[in-house]
Amino acid sequence: MRRLKWVVPALYIAFLMLPIYWLLSMSFKTTNEILGGFTLWPQNFTLENYRKVLTERTWYMGYVNSLIYVLINTVLSVSVALPAAYAFSRYRFIGDKHLFFWLLSNRMAPAAVFALPFFQLYSAIGLFDTHLAVALAHCLFNVPLAVWILEGFMSGVPKELDELAFIDGYPFWKFFLKIFLPTIAAGIGVAAFFCFMFSWVELLLAKTLTAVDAKPIAATMTRTASSSGYELGLLAAAGALTIVPGAFVIYFVRNYIAKGFSLGRV
Amino acid sequence: MSARVVNNRAWWLVLPVVILVGFNAVIPLMTVVNYSVQETFGNNRFLFEGVKWFSDVMHSARFHDALKRQLLFTAIILAIEVPLGVAIALAMPRRGAWASACLVLMSMPLLIPWNVVGSMWNILALPDLGLLGWTLNSLGINYNYTRQPFAAWATIIAMDVWHWTSLVALLSYAGLSAIPPAYYQAAKIDGASSWAIFRYVQLPKMRRVLTIAVLLRFMDSFNIYTEPFVLTGGGPGNATTLLSIDLVKVALGQFDLGPAGAMSLIYFLIILLLSWLFYRVMTSGEEDS
Repeated sequence: MRRLKWVVPALYIAFLMLPIYWLLSMSFKTTNEILGGFTLWPQNFTLENYRKVLTERTWYMGYVNSLIYVLINTVLSVSVALPAAYAFSRYRFIGDKHLFFWLLSNRMAPAAVFALPFFQLYSAIGLFDTHLAVALAHCLFNVPLAVWILEGFMSGVPKELDELAFIDGYPFWKFFLKIFLPTIAAGIGVAAFFCFMFSWVELLLAKTLTAVDAKPIAATMTRTASSSGYELGLLAAAGALTIVPGAFVIYFVRNYIAKGFSLGRV
Repeated sequence: MSARVVNNRAWWLVLPVVILVGFNAVIPLMTVVNYSVQETFGNNRFLFEGVKWFSDVMHSARFHDALKRQLLFTAIILAIEVPLGVAIALAMPRRGAWASACLVLMSMPLLIPWNVVGSMWNILALPDLGLLGWTLNSLGINYNYTRQPFAAWATIIAMDVWHWTSLVALLSYAGLSAIPPAYYQAAKIDGASSWAIFRYVQLPKMRRVLTIAVLLRFMDSFNIYTEPFVLTGGGPGNATTLLSIDLVKVALGQFDLGPAGAMSLIYFLIILLLSWLFYRVMTSGEEDS
């Protein structure tokens, strides 16, 4: 019984890899082969789909646009969340509980509810079709999440650290930047990971707020799928490439994930 | 928590968050409230309608059907993903290269853009060309998710299980990793069965992370839009038209702003209410454990 324990995760991982295998397999096939009938692996192995995605401007700019707004959003969310999380973990102030719940309630808001008002709001202030618009819009759910995670990490740091620093005469900002932030570096990493993740995978708002200049890769894919016939191979190659940034990020934070989950609150 | 000092100047620290989230949450929400009480004729002419749209939506069969489908979908995926995630976490290796490999591989689906998840399952499930569709049909099972409501449901549920079970598993795994080895040694000395260890040692220690996992899965499955939209487009017919898909159809497809606004508010309130109930139920016995 004990010795067979590995079967459960092994089967589960096999199940996870199956659609990914199929996506990769499709991406190396020619359109003719795909439409010609079912083949388990590529018979005429081709890199043509990848060449097209990586050399045509409409395609590769999609990845660039997505990465730009995801990075702006991650930096913005974590930097505004840091002082707020500190306030929630160290002080009591008028309305703190209500404020915390209000913040979290935005994490529950369906994106579909906000799609149209966001379009009008960002058009009105002249930010429509910019990276900043998507980055700001994604703050709706990423800032509350970052505050929640960071508050968990900060509450794990003993208050004595703050008190000693203040007795030593550190001004607040110097203490916060030079002493406090390095002690919760892992928490900042975990918060940044989750902000990156949720901004990278979101499509509805990103698509609603962009047209040409800041169009995310996900929108390029859906529009291509409907406009240029049924180029499954191309679609598969573009999809396979969207997994790459995520895979990189996971690889770098792999040792923090479990720790982050248990210390933080995601 | 009790050690926190009263300091109202802490408001300055939360001010940036309040401005940023307030800008994104309050203005759009007020826009929605505005729509929900008015009739629009185009050309920016509006007429006050009071609660007409709310009573319309509350009595519309279409909304009731979408809500029922949504509740059914959420109930099914919670019933599958939570026990499965816990089972996987219990069976995962605790340390070493295999543990890292498991964590990395299991996180993969979480970082794939949602529309790509939809496309991926679309390609996988195509009845004649996809691995899954082709295999099922060659086994003699008549499977076509674009025609059969049951097949469409089975496919979106399989997709969601594929996409999100890892989140439950990773959270449970984190909860399990936090249990000191001494607990297991004590249980072993007492001669506890593996069920007893699970019930009295592991489950109570996982309670907090499980609460978070259930809440997150509940909220996100209730808000699900992109994946089923890409996969089935809400069809066949309206068979997989969940709440968000219906809402976007009304708001952006038909541009019926009034009903869409009312529907948005009712939808948001349902999520808030159910999340709060879940939270209360799951944390009710916390003090005595």
